[in-house]
Amino acid sequence: MQTDRLLVGFLRVGAMVSALVMLLILLFLLLESWPVLSQLSLLRFVVDTSWHPLEGAYNLMPMLSGTLLASLGALLLAIPLGIASALFIVFFAPSYVASLYRRFIELFAGIPSVVFGFWGLTTLVPLIGEWQPPGASLLAGVTVLTLMVLPMVALTAYTALAAVPEELFRNAAALGLSRWGMVRGVALPAARTGIIAGIILAAARALGETMAVLMVAGNVVQYPESVFDPIRTLAANIALEMAYAMGDHRAALFVSGLLLMALVMVLSGMAGLVEKQSHV
Amino acid sequence: MRNHGQISLIIAGLLWLLAGAVDAASQRLILTGSSTVAPLVGEMARRFESQFPGVRIDVQTGGSSRGINDVRKGIADIGMVSRQLKQNENDLYAFTIALDGISLIVHADSPIVSLSKTQIADMFTGQITHWSVVGGTDARITVVNKAEGRSTLELLLDYLELKNSEIKPHIIIGDNAQGIKTVAGNRNAIGYLSIGAAEYEVKRGAPIRLLALDGVQASVKNIHNGSFPLSRPLNLVTASEPQGLIRQFIAFAQSSQVHDLIKSQYFVPVDAD
Repeated sequence: MQTDRLLVGFLRVGAMVSALVMLLILLFLLLESWPVLSQLSLLRFVVDTSWHPLEGAYNLMPMLSGTLLASLGALLLAIPLGIASALFIVFFAPSYVASLYRRFIELFAGIPSVVFGFWGLTTLVPLIGEWQPPGASLLAGVTVLTLMVLPMVALTAYTALAAVPEELFRNAAALGLSRWGMVRGVALPAARTGIIAGIILAAARALGETMAVLMVAGNVVQYPESVFDPIRTLAANIALEMAYAMGDHRAALFVSGLLLMALVMVLSGMAGLVEKQSHV
Repeated sequence: MRNHGQISLIIAGLLWLLAGAVDAASQRLILTGSSTVAPLVGEMARRFESQFPGVRIDVQTGGSSRGINDVRKGIADIGMVSRQLKQNENDLYAFTIALDGISLIVHADSPIVSLSKTQIADMFTGQITHWSVVGGTDARITVVNKAEGRSTLELLLDYLELKNSEIKPHIIIGDNAQGIKTVAGNRNAIGYLSIGAAEYEVKRGAPIRLLALDGVQASVKNIHNGSFPLSRPLNLVTASEPQGLIRQFIAFAQSSQVHDLIKSQYFVPVDAD
């Protein structure tokens, strides 16, 4: 009992500290962006002609769309590929291939994002540029982001699939289901919550990724007309301009930070909903 | 954080006054102004402080106009101004500590060697979209611009007499290194960076070429003799004839003791040969 109480105490303090840090960050963002938020109506961030903070134009919407498009594109590619990889490991690969393949994906997950960015800048962008100039584009951003979130989706899906109780499969086999029928009818529904949680984590990473996207996406503030047009994400915007920003420009960059934070909060709200559903 | 910094500065300042420095006020220098000059002067100040213990130098940014205002009001001892003084600023004394110049760059495989000011302006505003118009291949031009707030962008806009919103870029980059990688990886790109940095990269073998501007070769030498048009002086300004510590610091900033600092930030020393 004594040790229990001690443990609970520790856990409470730990949880409180993490929550407090989160709150402090939010407070800090609000405080730093206040000079702009208190002067300008929020509408300015939606209806201004573009993003030219030194000329008093603060439209964040092209960057919001850029962030969402790049993340959505990456998820659209990474989800099927990631789930397919996990299914391959758990159900279809011979055991030595499966363990080799898993190691490979784990290694993949550990590659730092700048490495992907650097590869994108020196290899991928020139390659796309030969075909559809300028090369630095939404497509390059999506590709690099896909490579980064794919292993996350694959590993969480693998863990979720591996945790499905063995007896479910035995029952399915007893009912005479085919391998694919088992995967579709038993394994995927049973592992659904875990897989979706992984996808949400991957989405959060894609939204917040900064350096890799900054290096390959071109960073032009605009609504892209095709995947070959350059885009700028909210995170890249902060990293690009913060070093030399002063006054209102600086405060407006903190507003992009707030917007990004709001996006991630919406995502984590969605994660909460998924969890609730799974308990019903 | 900033408040804490200020409070601890004030406390440190008070303690130091209490310690009984006789001529305390004159042992402290405040410099404000251009964010281009500030990093360089910051380095110089650190070296100056280590040579003259007991001297404290505060370097704050806020733009060239803040430097001029603060000096006039007496808030700052020295202002940092990254341009020539204007007609109506004749009341101030300016001391050039370094020169800054930027060069337009293209890929080394490009046939272009020189461009005029109007050609560059037309490219950057999207009126010329293909290299064939200026004597190159029939390929689309990729305009590489810098992120808002960078001093090289400011200098280019000033020279081309454009606003940033008039420029139609295809790629926007942050620092020089990214600019070099971008242009080195794209045969049809045009970008720009500090001449010091560009010359250094060419020497190291980066496949880029510095373009001549209106026929004047982009080089440190031509910045130095004043013939290259896309350059500007980095000045320290004072409200009156500098005396004492102020004079000492300005002399230090103009001396050969700080040439290595100037070069490491890709600026050009004034009296280098």
